[in-house]
Amino acid sequence: MKKLLNTLYVTSQGTYLSKDGECVVVRTEDGEKHRFPVHVLDGIVCFGNVLCSPFLLGHCGEAGLAVSFLTERGRFLAGVRGPQSGNVLLRRAQYRLADDPVESARLARAVIAAKVANSRAVLRRCLRDHGDRVHAAAIGRAVSVLDDCAGRLRMPVDMDEARGMEGRAAAAYFEVFGHMILAEDPAFAFGGRNRRPPLDAVNCLLSFVYTLLAHDVRSALEAVGIDPQVGFLHRDRPGRPGLALDLMEEFRPFLADRLVLSLINRAEVRGRGFVRKESGAVFMDDDTRKVVLTAWQKRKQDEVMHPYLKERLPLGLAFHIQARLMARAVRGDLDGYPPFFWK
Amino acid sequence: MDQTLPLSALQHYLYCPRQCALIHVEKVWEENRFTAEGRLLHLRADSGATGRRGGIAEDRSVPLRSDRLGLYGVADVVELRPGPDGRERPYPVEYKRGSPKVEDWDRVQLCAQAMCLEEMLGVTIPEGAIFYGKPRRRERVVFEKVLRVLVEKACGDMHAMIEGGEVPPAEVGKRCRGCSLAGACMPGASARVESYLLKGLE
Repeated sequence: MKKLLNTLYVTSQGTYLSKDGECVVVRTEDGEKHRFPVHVLDGIVCFGNVLCSPFLLGHCGEAGLAVSFLTERGRFLAGVRGPQSGNVLLRRAQYRLADDPVESARLARAVIAAKVANSRAVLRRCLRDHGDRVHAAAIGRAVSVLDDCAGRLRMPVDMDEARGMEGRAAAAYFEVFGHMILAEDPAFAFGGRNRRPPLDAVNCLLSFVYTLLAHDVRSALEAVGIDPQVGFLHRDRPGRPGLALDLMEEFRPFLADRLVLSLINRAEVRGRGFVRKESGAVFMDDDTRKVVLTAWQKRKQDEVMHPYLKERLPLGLAFHIQARLMARAVRGDLDGYPPFFWK
Repeated sequence: MDQTLPLSALQHYLYCPRQCALIHVEKVWEENRFTAEGRLLHLRADSGATGRRGGIAEDRSVPLRSDRLGLYGVADVVELRPGPDGRERPYPVEYKRGSPKVEDWDRVQLCAQAMCLEEMLGVTIPEGAIFYGKPRRRERVVFEKVLRVLVEKACGDMHAMIEGGEVPPAEVGKRCRGCSLAGACMPGASARVESYLLKGLE
């Protein structure tokens, strides 16, 4: 079994990364700061003005390490790939499937099924743990909407119905998302999802964690040789990582959203850790970003039981497992895509 | 045959056709302790060039190829031993980290090496040897007819599978436990997806 490796997140501006033998060397203005053997890493994420030597990039490409460049605030700029990327046979099978409306709807249904079930599990967990402190009736109503969506998804659906279920479920879930925030701080009031730019601290956290999730999912897809751009639920749009977005859906509620909720509810992030710009856009400060990155890394180490493979594994490996299961489904090795259901 | 394949593919194929397909059709590779140790052992064998040992000339890391079998590769060591006619005859020696196996895999690989050498040099090679790291002992291998037929058959089947882009289903068994590709293969992933989906939606 593949091991869960670390991701190197570089947030210090002006950092220079280079290769020395089998090591990544991290240099700042003050000189060499760290050095990490390449084989303990599965990816490097650079925020803002971080430079990488071409030899390091080449080495990462060859060793299968994903390298992503993001803006300081976490918007994806570019990813670097090595000499061999993807598997042409697998990609052709993927494109054929994506061109087939029936097969696409089948895969989209699996993805949405897990998103709905996992969103519902997050709401139920909140009711169980904090039923006395939250607006239980409202959350209960959202759970019934999700129950209804889940019930309909038990039957095969076409793509429009699948998208309809997704929209309805997402609306019900985000309608009550704010109720799961227990912090008194008005900085964490949540009036609904918004992005590009996020207009409040909660959306800022959500967007940032989704970016981290996107890096991990995208690199897992690339590692198994599948094309992260061609999705089934998310249709092709140049520059959009459609399949990565498909595969992210099942992880959003229990991995990303719950991480944001616990960071706020455990007061690991504070309202003063966010900066409001003239335009109304809200960004987190450097310390807050570090807190989020550390929490994300830590969360990935938590062990879970994989519901389909029935094996215990660190959550961070679930991206790779799901990417592989997706590749198996695409190649017809499996009679469908088994998403990750969180209990 | 459209393409030549590495000699190691033949051994993978004999061990498990799916493993071979995962590597050569799906391009999956994962290093584990065993493959890493094997690599290091080979690194050592590859370090020297030609030399003499015990009066026998030997050539190391000898490139091999056979158009007929559609194979290419490198022999760890090819010794040059005097044949019955007094002329030197190649004698391939392969290094393995483990212990001798009951199955034919290693012998087939060595025989394939010999058949490559025969095609390249226009000679007949009656035998070779495998050096096993565990008992640190050489095992003689005679390239008899049965073994040669096995090589030909396995090469043909393997090429057909890879050129067809086929990945055969997993045959779950004891071999899966020692397999470096178990993580990518997921031999256990065969449960019906639809019933799994319905259960998840409950």
